[in-house]
Amino acid sequence: MLLKDEVGMLQRVPLFSGIEPTKLKLLAFTSDRVSYGAGQILFRQGDEGDAAYVILSGRADILVDSDSGPIKVAEMVPNSIVGEIAILCNSSRTATVRAASPLEVLRIRKDHFLRLMKEYPEMTIEVLRVLADRLSHTTADLIDARSAK
Amino acid sequence: MEPSLARYIWTHTKKQQVWILIIVLLSMIPYFMSFDLPKLIVNGPIQGRGFEQPGATRPFMRLHYNLPFIGDVQFFSGFQLDRKETLFALSLVFLLLVIINGLFKLYINTYKGRLGERMLRRIRFDLVDLVLRFPPRYFKRVKSAEVATMVKDEVEPLGGFIGDAFLQPVLLGGQALTAMLFIMVQNAWLGMIAVVIVVIQIVLIPRMRRRLIVLGRRRQLTARALSGRVGEIVDGIGAVHIHDTSNYERADIAARLGLIFKIRFDLYQWKFMVKFLNNILAQVTPFLFYMIGGYLVIEGRLDVGQLVAVISAYKDLPGPMKELIDWDQDRQDVQVKYQQVVEQFTVEGVIAPRIEALTIEDPPPMTGPLSAISLSMADDGGAMLLDRISLQINPGETVALVSTATGGAEALAEAFARLDWPDSGRVASGADDLLEIPEAVTGRRMSYASSDVFLFQASLRDNLLYGLKHAPLTSVTYDGTAADQRRWDIEEARRSGNPDIDIQSDWIDYASAGATGPHDLFEVVRRVLDAVVLSRDILDLGLRSSADLTRHKGFAGRIVELRATLRTRLEREGLSGLVVPFEPGAYNKEATIGQNLLFGAAAGPELADRALAANPYFASVLRQAGLDRTLYEMGMEIAEQAIELFADLPPDHQFFQQLAFMSAEEIPAYETLLQRLKNRPYEAVSEADRAMIVTLSFAYIEPRHRFGLLSDELMSKIVAARNLFYENLPPELQNAVERYDPAKYIAAATVMDNVLFGRVGNNHPDAPDRIRSIVYDILDELGLYSELLDVGLDFNVGSGGRRLTSGQRQKLDVARALLKRPDFLILNRPLSALDQRVQDKVLRNVIEEARRDGRSPAIVCVVTNPAMATMFDRVVVFDSGRLAEDGTHETLLAGNGVFKELLS
Repeated sequence: MLLKDEVGMLQRVPLFSGIEPTKLKLLAFTSDRVSYGAGQILFRQGDEGDAAYVILSGRADILVDSDSGPIKVAEMVPNSIVGEIAILCNSSRTATVRAASPLEVLRIRKDHFLRLMKEYPEMTIEVLRVLADRLSHTTADLIDARSAK
Repeated sequence: MEPSLARYIWTHTKKQQVWILIIVLLSMIPYFMSFDLPKLIVNGPIQGRGFEQPGATRPFMRLHYNLPFIGDVQFFSGFQLDRKETLFALSLVFLLLVIINGLFKLYINTYKGRLGERMLRRIRFDLVDLVLRFPPRYFKRVKSAEVATMVKDEVEPLGGFIGDAFLQPVLLGGQALTAMLFIMVQNAWLGMIAVVIVVIQIVLIPRMRRRLIVLGRRRQLTARALSGRVGEIVDGIGAVHIHDTSNYERADIAARLGLIFKIRFDLYQWKFMVKFLNNILAQVTPFLFYMIGGYLVIEGRLDVGQLVAVISAYKDLPGPMKELIDWDQDRQDVQVKYQQVVEQFTVEGVIAPRIEALTIEDPPPMTGPLSAISLSMADDGGAMLLDRISLQINPGETVALVSTATGGAEALAEAFARLDWPDSGRVASGADDLLEIPEAVTGRRMSYASSDVFLFQASLRDNLLYGLKHAPLTSVTYDGTAADQRRWDIEEARRSGNPDIDIQSDWIDYASAGATGPHDLFEVVRRVLDAVVLSRDILDLGLRSSADLTRHKGFAGRIVELRATLRTRLEREGLSGLVVPFEPGAYNKEATIGQNLLFGAAAGPELADRALAANPYFASVLRQAGLDRTLYEMGMEIAEQAIELFADLPPDHQFFQQLAFMSAEEIPAYETLLQRLKNRPYEAVSEADRAMIVTLSFAYIEPRHRFGLLSDELMSKIVAARNLFYENLPPELQNAVERYDPAKYIAAATVMDNVLFGRVGNNHPDAPDRIRSIVYDILDELGLYSELLDVGLDFNVGSGGRRLTSGQRQKLDVARALLKRPDFLILNRPLSALDQRVQDKVLRNVIEEARRDGRSPAIVCVVTNPAMATMFDRVVVFDSGRLAEDGTHETLLAGNGVFKELLS
């Protein structure tokens, strides 16, 4: 997969969808292309978050620790992003991510992403828009849940 | 040191001074003869005096003397020569005298020069010898750069002066006196005038020069302070940058330079003023001669002949007088410099030479207890660090010194190490004062490590073994020219009062490290490095450096073996995808295009980095392989992409680390280049521009940069070009590159590159770490671990050891202390740069290592954390310079004292 294809992939990620392609290209260029074999761990629950991962090909399982061992809570498919919260704030990983098949990801480093946001305010606004959108959805969901009670 | 320069010179060179004086007097004979000769030649053969008759002859070289009582005695009647023959003979004699005079001059100058250089060597050595014997406190007040300037620069002019120190005044004084005497003989009154003027000169000029001396001294002091400050700036450059004080430093230096300028300018003004006055006085004398002498002649009290004789005799007086005064100026100058230096080097309480005497045989172990007896220590400001402490450390005991912030335990450790001397009371070993015991005993039977580590700019190995180099243990046999050189070295050293100890000898005291020689020393070193947990760091250094194959013979072959082992191991563990090996017939996708083309390590500047694309032979190979155009287009594509991505980023942006093709500074240049070349046909582009563009393609790695520029066809063309390149490699490039060969070690590459013989894949995040741990495993299996450690020990630690981290430096210091196998091991907050967990671990290892082979040295350790005291038999607690508690860990914990408080 070439740089320009990665840019196409990134454009399909909601968080990045509003960002100019040239900036996405820079983001892709400064990110690492990483491959994992099936069963390899991308990161573990409780680790310090230092990067987000965009799945380029393959599938990954999201696992959460429980008393009875790890439980699979979701599956990630190409074009989805994991760990994006960690690159926006200093939080530790809330889940473990494991490759379910041979996996190709784009690893976006936290410091790189933050530098880009600093450099290009219009990009920051786009990211904010997405986040605010999510927040309003979450709030709406919460109100729905409360009123349904 | 001798305070008077003249006496210092006389003591060490009197024989030579007398000898050179005799030679100079001897040289006067042909010198004066050559004066007389032109007159003989002109009057005799040329003007024909004595040859009035045609065919007349004169005797030549007739030796006859008019002896008292006997009368004229003729020893040799001489040759009878006619006019022309006499001319030739006399001219030849003149030539002979010229040669003789020249030879005398040559000999005298060489002799004087050598005499001066020997003295200079002696003075410098004496000064450094004193530095080695200064009491410790002196070093708290003096800047190293200042001492260095004194030894190097300030005594330098002495060398030039020493040859003339006694010769010049005798010679010139003699000449001046002769001229003066001659004048006196001609006419007493006129003589008196000359004497008066000379006396005025002699009295007045030195008086005026006093100010010159003062200025000279100031000049020297300010210049020395300047070099001290420059040294400080270099040492403290970090602090300067951190605090943005570079302009403060600039101001300070500029102010100092201004002051130095002022002093120097003053000095010049005054110096030339004195010169002017001196010249005037010298010219006043003839003025007086003309006026008063002339008046006396007119009056008829003096005849003309006498006056002319006096005036012509006076011509010989100012010359020597002037030179004599110049000599005096030199003397004072040099004397000031010498005194300044000597003053700085005159220090109370210099260590007696016998304490540092060279001792070859090993001293007996220190069996007595180490004790402080009513010991008081104060810092430079007079504050008490320790107040009348009495304490005894018995052999074999392990003692933790625990200290509150103002406790003073460090001062005790320093007193035991003799790094600081007691203000009152004493430290003793058994019944002897520790300061009276030769360093040959304390330096070998005791060792000391602290947080304040000094490393020399040398290899890790040299620094580690430094503590074992007490005395030359082997006598080296030299033969041939080396033997002559050695004889010369010894003789010259003795003549200058230097020691002739052979630095080439093997100084390493293997026995004290528990080894028998160079072959088994390494085992000991390795154990010690393991104990301080430094081995892994050194192995890493070894992997990252290129091994010196002359030292590590056989290593190369083993590393090549290792490649195959690594390969099978990676396959077995299913990790073969991590490393893409270099194969002569295949393109390596994880390596750059440049690496794939060259397929070797550049061993010289011709083919390294940016020079590669510009190399004419390399360019011709690309052309032949049909790659020149492709790579140019590729370079253009890369330039466009890179500029599109990076052009609007500020130059210090961290993303530029990701851009392998060009640096941030080069972006504008490439931007204009791109504009210029964009629509130009390839044929019209100049060679230099082509190289600029092609070089970009050389850094390209497809899986990493993902521009999609590499096709299968291109890869096979590159492999073909690679073979083409080596087929016709011109002789001048034979040594500029080492071709990758799976069966050969590449000396120009690092050890790690040689082991891998390939590139680590870009898309495996933890690949480098996993591969490194596998490499270490294999090294250990193949028994190459020690060898690699040895390669790592070649690493140069840099000035003051700054290429190591402070933790590594401290570990090295402890390792060095352990290596000596001392009877008393003193540790003064030894590992403070490490975190607590590692400190505990290392200290535990150190105690264990010190006790290896049934040894039981006493260990005294000032701990950084009271919790570390559990590792020791005995705990001594200091508070406010007093000994607060002394007991075992349990008893102190049971009590309710300072220790318990510190622990909580």
